[in-house]
Amino acid sequence: MSEKKKDELLHDHNNDGIDRRGFLKCMAWAGTGAFCVMQGGVLKSYSLSRLSELNTAEAKGELSFVQISDSHMGFNKPANPDVAGTLKAAVGKINALSPSPEFMLHTGDISHLSKPEEFDTVDQILKSATPKDVFYVPGEHDVLNDDGKQFLERYGKGSKGGGWYSFDKKGVHFVGLVNVMNLKAGGLGTLGHDQLEWMEDDVKHLKSSTPIVVFAHIPLWSVYPEWGWGTEDSAQALAYLKKFGSVTVLNGHIHQTMQKVEGNVTFHTAASTAFPQPAPGKADSPGPMKVPAEALKSVLGITDVNYVQGQHALAVVDSSLA
Amino acid sequence: MRRSVFIAGLAAAMVLGVGFFGTSRKGSVTQAQQNASPMEVKIDNFSFGPVTLTVPVGTTVTWTNRDDIPHTIVSTDDPKAFKSKALDTDEKFSFTFSKEGTYPYFCSIHPKMTGKVIVQ
Repeated sequence: MSEKKKDELLHDHNNDGIDRRGFLKCMAWAGTGAFCVMQGGVLKSYSLSRLSELNTAEAKGELSFVQISDSHMGFNKPANPDVAGTLKAAVGKINALSPSPEFMLHTGDISHLSKPEEFDTVDQILKSATPKDVFYVPGEHDVLNDDGKQFLERYGKGSKGGGWYSFDKKGVHFVGLVNVMNLKAGGLGTLGHDQLEWMEDDVKHLKSSTPIVVFAHIPLWSVYPEWGWGTEDSAQALAYLKKFGSVTVLNGHIHQTMQKVEGNVTFHTAASTAFPQPAPGKADSPGPMKVPAEALKSVLGITDVNYVQGQHALAVVDSSLA
Repeated sequence: MRRSVFIAGLAAAMVLGVGFFGTSRKGSVTQAQQNASPMEVKIDNFSFGPVTLTVPVGTTVTWTNRDDIPHTIVSTDDPKAFKSKALDTDEKFSFTFSKEGTYPYFCSIHPKMTGKVIVQ
């Protein structure tokens, strides 16, 4: 990060609880990838160039999965005329991971325009990934024009309501939430009463020692409300998770990696596999950001997550496609 | 992609014709035609421009999405006065306002994007 950029960092004028210095530190790593380890609620992060200094036990555990996001199949503008190619590159990265991840999470915006052929293309490309199971939540681009009917038919088997669900893997409880439906004018992402009620019931019988992973498309923390980067009623959802010692929230939507720790909760956003978006407030709008073609893969990526039993920690590694 | 509420009468049909096909109007136009000239709202950088548009009754308003990201134009009234499909880049949506009133609307994909049409 340049000295000039450091000087630009200001106080939290928006009173949104976000420290811009912390933001940009994470942003600076978006291109090179960051490795994050959470222990006892404290997130430690390292640049990928320092990975060799880490104990490998911290990075490998009983459960390993990968998060991809925002593949936007069908997008063909200058910011990335080949989103199929970059998704294939992401699959290549996933297939090179060792140990092989057990499954994938896709945190939405699978398609750009909710067209059947866009979903078909993504399904086809993801078939070549080593992990066979993919768990999806919709982005707003996946539920255009039909209130999510097509999304639910394709990916929502066994889900409740608008597509929310939970499952358990090796002692970790996963909760997939939908916050892109029934959005209100002037507002942010919304979970809604029915989903919140379901979630409260879903987690209340779990032991407080159960590690929780919540995934949804729009961030469940207030990243930048001016651009709609937050969820109206996420505080209620997080209140149901207060008793748990380890909570990890994985989101997409903002096409860049960011992290934040708040009490027992660690928040992460994943890079897109399609195109980058500007840092909050650093452009006129959150539209696709054009970078030189040779730099594109450095701002796209995947997220690899490892759970080590007994360590009470999830390790989250963001890797660029470069 | 175009949708409109057709109002009765030949004059209205002529106005709609102008709005839909962008016919350039040469020579003098009548007062009635001027009053209901088609109006444009452009979508740029996740905003409607102009945010507030004031038009006479009978005006056809056409929205054009000039962003690289799809947007919608959805009335916030209940029941909704109008609702577009998702507009990809350079796609348009038109609606003819046949009654006086204030018509707030938003993009249902990016709900921070709001605007209104005032029909007098």
